[in-house]
Amino acid sequence: MSRRLPEGGRFTDRSQRIGFTFNGRSFQGFAGDTLASALLGSNQVLMGRSFKYHRPRGVVASGVEEPNALVGLGSGDRFEPDQRATTTEIFPGLEATSQNHWPSLERDVGAINDKLARFLPAGFYYKTFLAPVSFWKHVYEPFIRRSAGLGKAPDAEARDPDTYEHFNVTTDVLVVGGGVAGLQAAKAAADSGAQVLLMEQTAHWGGRAPVDGGTIEGLDPEAWVSRTVAALEAMPNVRLRLRCMGAGIYDHGYALGYERVGDHRPEADGPRHRLWRIRAGHIVSATGALERPLSFAGNDLPGVMLASAVRDYVVNWGVAPGDRTVVVTNNDDAYRTAIALKKAGLKVPAVLDARQHGGGALMQEARELGIRVEQGWAVAKVKGGASVTGVAACLQIGSGVVMEEIACDAVAMSGGWSPVVHLWSHCGGKLRWDAEGAFFRPDPARPATGADGQPMISAAGAANGFGGLKDALEDADRAGKFACQRAGFKPAEGGVPQADLPAEAPLAPVWLMPAGAGPELRMKAWLDYQNDVKVSDVQLAAREGYQSVEHAKRYTTLGMATDQGKLSNINGLAILSDALDQPIPQTGTTTFRPPYTPISFGAISGEAKGSLFQPLRRTPMHAWHEGNGASWEPVGHWRRPYTYTQPGEDKHQAVVREINATRESLGILDASTLGKILVKGPDAGRFLDMLYTNMMSSLKVGRCRYGLMCNENGFLIDDGVVVRLSEDSFLCHTTTGGADSIHAHMEDWLQCEWWDWKVWTANLTEQYAQIAVVGPNARNLLETLGGLDLSKEALPFMGWTEGTLGGFPVRVYRISFSGELSFEIAVPANRGRELWDALIDAGRDFGITPYGTEALHVMRAEKGFIMIGDESDGSVIPQDLGLDWAISKKKDDYLGKRAQQRSNMRSPERWKLVGLETLDGSVLPDGAYALAEGQTANHQHATQGRVTSTYHSPTLGRGIAMGLVLHGPDRMGEVLEFTAEGFDPHGSDVAAVKARIVTPVLFRPRGGKAECLRSSPP
Amino acid sequence: MLILTCPCCGIAADETELSPGGEAHLTRHGPGSGDTDFEDYLFNRENARGVHFERWRHAHGCGKWFLAARDTVTMQVFGTYPAQTTEPPQEIRDRITKARPGWRWRDFGAAE
Repeated sequence: MSRRLPEGGRFTDRSQRIGFTFNGRSFQGFAGDTLASALLGSNQVLMGRSFKYHRPRGVVASGVEEPNALVGLGSGDRFEPDQRATTTEIFPGLEATSQNHWPSLERDVGAINDKLARFLPAGFYYKTFLAPVSFWKHVYEPFIRRSAGLGKAPDAEARDPDTYEHFNVTTDVLVVGGGVAGLQAAKAAADSGAQVLLMEQTAHWGGRAPVDGGTIEGLDPEAWVSRTVAALEAMPNVRLRLRCMGAGIYDHGYALGYERVGDHRPEADGPRHRLWRIRAGHIVSATGALERPLSFAGNDLPGVMLASAVRDYVVNWGVAPGDRTVVVTNNDDAYRTAIALKKAGLKVPAVLDARQHGGGALMQEARELGIRVEQGWAVAKVKGGASVTGVAACLQIGSGVVMEEIACDAVAMSGGWSPVVHLWSHCGGKLRWDAEGAFFRPDPARPATGADGQPMISAAGAANGFGGLKDALEDADRAGKFACQRAGFKPAEGGVPQADLPAEAPLAPVWLMPAGAGPELRMKAWLDYQNDVKVSDVQLAAREGYQSVEHAKRYTTLGMATDQGKLSNINGLAILSDALDQPIPQTGTTTFRPPYTPISFGAISGEAKGSLFQPLRRTPMHAWHEGNGASWEPVGHWRRPYTYTQPGEDKHQAVVREINATRESLGILDASTLGKILVKGPDAGRFLDMLYTNMMSSLKVGRCRYGLMCNENGFLIDDGVVVRLSEDSFLCHTTTGGADSIHAHMEDWLQCEWWDWKVWTANLTEQYAQIAVVGPNARNLLETLGGLDLSKEALPFMGWTEGTLGGFPVRVYRISFSGELSFEIAVPANRGRELWDALIDAGRDFGITPYGTEALHVMRAEKGFIMIGDESDGSVIPQDLGLDWAISKKKDDYLGKRAQQRSNMRSPERWKLVGLETLDGSVLPDGAYALAEGQTANHQHATQGRVTSTYHSPTLGRGIAMGLVLHGPDRMGEVLEFTAEGFDPHGSDVAAVKARIVTPVLFRPRGGKAECLRSSPP
Repeated sequence: MLILTCPCCGIAADETELSPGGEAHLTRHGPGSGDTDFEDYLFNRENARGVHFERWRHAHGCGKWFLAARDTVTMQVFGTYPAQTTEPPQEIRDRITKARPGWRWRDFGAAE
């Protein structure tokens, strides 16, 4: 059984007991415990179940590489799934729940999958769910959705009450990893005077060295670490951060650090997590190495752990994973575990060393302690179910004939060490295969490079393939000095600390145990514990033709678990290489992508949530709208009133009231968000002739013209009214959403194509408030304010004037977007609210009614005016919309003209704009398709058109719509069937609405008393 | 996350300050051009593995467009220069030649 040892534990403080719960049961641990060490200390070995077969799972590692012990933490608004027990520091009141089981961790129904394992091999979901098609919707998809996902998603209504923040920092040198290599690299770099930032993902400096022993400068590694940390803390140019992981490395020395500020003390003030956004002159990756499991049958049972993890639990937390631990290894390092267990008073029945010739000094030391060592032996099979009861030992070179059964309750395994090359690789650093150590290591000849083409990252110590203490420190010193040099500093004189550690005998690569294991054993030899990928699955993938390591990964899901292959990667590709009969370097690795381990969404979003999510743009009249019942519609960063509801009214009723009031008497609209771009200079007319499809240079001073803008693909991108202010200046109105992009579009052409033209632009959108006064009483209202002659003669349709209106300096445009008599009044923004109030006040006698964007949209649709983003979608040309009248035939060139001459653009088969009226007066569904005879190549209904805008028209008392229809303008009066709610494109039963093709101009089609916005009739 | 120096205002700008504008040194083909020329202008782009010339705009800075020469694999930046030109400055071409002898990109390249 696993239990707390009577004494020991570098990290734990036994004077401080801490209570927490696991699956609702109360547990106790000590200050300094992780959730994993505290559970192990209470004999709770079972911590979860695997993803596919629901096999029982215990903790296998002691750090970030842990694939099994994932738990849900907290509850309610603070619930978070998939947290590693090995990196969770306990605190009073911590609540943890295990995952992936029902009804309980001990008794799990889904474990039936384990019995079916034979029928669920690699890629089973690609093979199983193919037919029949009708099963997909009702059988397969619900099944997959129920079994998919690890852990439980937080409640949709939960809101994270914690705060998060971003730090933006620059530093000369960033060192990631606070083991002895990181400390030495930081020291070597800092001694030059360079600014150094050193971050360590755990709560402790020193990494593995204090557990693994040896001496540095005659000191115990722990003492050397303390001394070095103290020295670094005393340097003003060094910043040190614990619980801060180097998450990712990006181009040009950009790095992300993920600091868990408050996870271990949730009651403390301050942010929970902090994201460090770092620009470093040079980066040192001293991220250490990870131990690899060995592949033998039953290596996934709870109680089988990495040898280094077993040692960590004993030395760091005073916890014994078992009373009798068999150690199985292919290298010398695992002997340290045997020795540590023995010294802690625990039993080590045997060390099974797969190497025929055994190990070196450490093996000797173990033997001297009385530990039985069997050379050339291996594990044939681990005995037990929910826990380990023994191992069946065999010869490594054989097929698994059992030599002896050894009773034990824990197994410590070591398959060698792999450098953590993640950060080195994130930005393109290449690896080379080290045959002696059987691992991939950074290739110093091919690092990731920075803006100057020189290396921007160095690996150091174990992360660079130098596992021994002496070599690691030498390498780290070199890396630190190189880093400060690259950042522009001169390395200080200073030697490498002398280190002493027993020499180790070479490792023997062991990818399968025993070497000749048959199918039965291979089916029980796990590679990826969380996703349940076994040796047999990878071999099957190879047989089925998945030769690329990236394909095999996706087919088998090897390395796709939340640990991203930290344990399984090398073992898996060694098996794949063997199956493909090619050397490991030829198989290569999958791609290492940031982040190194998952980081929280909170840290990524930082302060950007709620009202700080994005800036909000407010018109000068925003507060008035807010105080008068506006419901908001987001348009870009603006908020525009959708409609103003009055007591007892719903939104639809409000829109109807606004439209009727406007058409009958007087409406008023805040149009301030419309883009207003001033284009000025001797070549301004020539420039606008290129930008708009119409001729703008011929526009007379004092006049307005509606214009269309296309991109070079010929597609319509924006529209609006252009005003000629003077001989050399034009004011271009754009859509609300287009103001910034159209201004950028203008600048692009001016700066990059026609840079010798004398034209300047300025985006004046926010400089002016703009108010549309609309309806039969519009002129009467403005005349009560007085000061300007706005008669039909003085200010004809599509004209503008300026002067003083009721004491306000204004420019008045006589334009209309509704078919009603309409004036748009521009006033300096700081007087916008004042003018609005004056108009509202003076308009009372006319029943002035403010209206919002929905009324605006309905009225323009009644009049057949297009709306950018409704009738246009990036694939529509003006000709599709019947806007040929706005395309100049006289101009040799404008942006988009050449593209509109392409054959597909001139095709008579293009869908064209028409109006649509439902036969029953209902409102067509938005985006509905017009059905045609027959089927498409995908066996879906053929279509012949679609709805682009659809509304209920209070003016006409029925549903109206606009749409694009094949040969539409030639088919007036024809009735089409449109898809309705619930339409199934594969089905034979058609839910359809019938609508007749009509003119898009449904309101006052012949102009009537008031003129429309178009300066020439369609 | 690139850092490019804006040749207009001189600021070494973080990529978040910039907006990308695709390939540099395109020749516009308008009405009257043949289908092949127009197709090249509108659609066909270099997908360089190595030396590449790009348009960038210092969107959250001075607002000016500029051009950049860089290596798409190593991220080495050979230089940035104002957009008002039809070809990269000789100084930048020399720098590329030094780092990538024999380079070629559309009509530009190291002297044979």
